[in-house]
Amino acid sequence: MRNAFCSALVSLSARKQIVFMTGDLGFMALEPLQAAMGDRFINAGVAEQNMVTVAAGLASGGEQCWVYSIAPFVYGRPFEQIRNDVCLHNFDVKLIGNGGGYGYGVMGATHHAIEDYGVLCGLQNMHVHVPAFADDVEPIVRRMAASRHPAYLRLGRCEKPKNWMLPSYAPWRLLLPGSAGVFVIVGPGAGGLLEALTQIAEAERPEVWVATDLPFQMEAIPSRCIEKIRETGSLFVLEEHVAHGGAGQMLAHLLLEEGVHPGRFRHFHAEGYRSGLYGSQAFHRAENGLDPASVLAVLAEAGHRDTV
Amino acid sequence: MHYEAKVGHIGGNLSALDAILHLHSSVMGDADIFVLSKGHSAGALYVSLWATGQISDDALRSFHGNGTALAGHPIAGWHKRIAYATGSLGHGLGLAAGVALGKQLRGDPGRVFCLLSDGECQEGSIWEAVIFVHHRKLANLVVLVDVNGLQGFGSTRDIASLEPLAPKFRGFGLTVEEIDGHSPEALDAALAKRGDGPLVVLLRTVKGRGVSFMEGRMEWHYLPLNESQYQLAMRELMEI
Repeated sequence: MRNAFCSALVSLSARKQIVFMTGDLGFMALEPLQAAMGDRFINAGVAEQNMVTVAAGLASGGEQCWVYSIAPFVYGRPFEQIRNDVCLHNFDVKLIGNGGGYGYGVMGATHHAIEDYGVLCGLQNMHVHVPAFADDVEPIVRRMAASRHPAYLRLGRCEKPKNWMLPSYAPWRLLLPGSAGVFVIVGPGAGGLLEALTQIAEAERPEVWVATDLPFQMEAIPSRCIEKIRETGSLFVLEEHVAHGGAGQMLAHLLLEEGVHPGRFRHFHAEGYRSGLYGSQAFHRAENGLDPASVLAVLAEAGHRDTV
Repeated sequence: MHYEAKVGHIGGNLSALDAILHLHSSVMGDADIFVLSKGHSAGALYVSLWATGQISDDALRSFHGNGTALAGHPIAGWHKRIAYATGSLGHGLGLAAGVALGKQLRGDPGRVFCLLSDGECQEGSIWEAVIFVHHRKLANLVVLVDVNGLQGFGSTRDIASLEPLAPKFRGFGLTVEEIDGHSPEALDAALAKRGDGPLVVLLRTVKGRGVSFMEGRMEWHYLPLNESQYQLAMRELMEI
C-alpha cells in the first residue's frame, strides 16, 4: 500500500498545497513524492515527538500536514504530542503509519502496531482509516485531504486475491454474500479470508463486509448489514489489533446501544506474543488465530454446532 | 488574581511577567505570534493581554473559576493571542518551530516568540526542536528562556543542572543573548540582534520578582497566598 499512498500523495500535492514530513523513513518508496514536493517534503530526522509538534504548529498556520513513519513510531513515541498538540487543537494533521498490525513481522515487537487505533480513537477529534486493499488508499487519501480534522491512516500490505473484482471504495462494503451470519473485517487480512470463504457454499458462509473508518458510527453502517445481523443472530469480527479498544469492541458497543444483540459474537483479534517467538506476519497471524485456516476451523465448528 | 482564585504558580508568573508584558505591549505586531511554552505562567499572559486591552476586566476576574476560558494553563481557541494549549512542558518550541516554518515556506512576515522555562529545558523534546530550528535556519524564531533557577521541587542546579545554559544552545549552533530578564531595554537590545538562524534570549530572572518574601523561594512555584501575605505583597508592589 505504500506505493499506492505515495502515488496518491503525489497527485494530492499537485492539486493542493500540503506539507509532508517523514521521520527519516521511506527510502526506496517516497522518492517520487520528494521530487514532486520540493521544499514542502521535510525529513524531520529521527525525532518523532518534534515532528508531530512541528506539524501541529504548521497546521495552526493553515497548512495541511501529512506525517509519515513506521506505525508505532508515529502513534506511540509521540503520543502526548498527538493528544495535546494535534487533537486538543483539532489541527489538520494526518498521521500515516506503515506496517499496521504484525506487518513488520520478524523485525520484532517494537515495530508492530497492534494497539494503534484503539489508543488513537480515544483522542478528541481523531478519525482513523484502515484500508483493506491498495485500491482503497487513493479514495481514502482524498477523503482525508477534504477533512480539516486530525486523522490516522494505517497502511499494510495489500492481499487482494488475484482476479478479484473489487467493488468501488466505500467505508462499508459488502464483498461476499452469505447466509450464515455477518463477518466484519478491518484491514488487509480481508484478502486471504475472502479467498478462503469463497470455497464455502453461500448458504453456509457468513456475509463478508469490509469496514475502513473508525471509530464506527452507527449511521455509517449500512442497514442491510444491521438487518443481516438481526436476521442471522451471528456476528464475526476480524482485525489485526488487540481486543481492547478494537473494532470488535466498538461494534459490539454500538450494536448493544442500538438494541441489536446477536446470540453469537466471535471476535478474531491479536493477543500479542503467546509463544514469545517471532516470525513473519503470517506466523503471528497463525499464532493469534487470525489466518484463514484458523478462522475457517472456528466457522466450521460453529456451523457444526448449529446443525447438531 | 491568584489570591482571589486561591491558586499558586505565582513565582514563575512574576519571573516571566516583565518579558511577556513588554513583548505584548511594545514589541509584537499583528503578524507576530507568541507561544507560551511554560504554560504555568498563563497568569502573566492573561495579565499582559488585559493590560494591553485584549482581555476584559470580567474575563480576567473569571481566572481559574468554573466556566472560565482563563484556565490555570492556557486553553486554545477562544482568543487570537492564545492559540496553543500548553502546560505539559516541552511542547511550545516545536509548535513555534512549525509556525515559523510555515511562515518561511509561504514567505509570510512576522516573527514567532516562544517562552520556555529553564526547568523545562530538561525535556528531551526541547532539544529535538533545537536541532530542527537550527537545521531549518528559522531566522524568524526567537526563543526566550525564563531562567529563574528554580523548579517544582528545588533549584535547577540541584536537580538536573543544565548550567551553563548559553553554551548548550550555542553548541547546537544557535545565537544566544543573555540579559537581565526584567529589563525592557535589555530585551529590546537583544531582539535587535539578527542572524541567519533562530535567536535565543536567556532571561536571567528572579522567581517571585517584586515580592520580597517570594523572591528566589522555591515554594512559591506552587503555593497560593493567604490574606496577610497578599496584603504585604500588594504594599510592596505598589512601592515599585
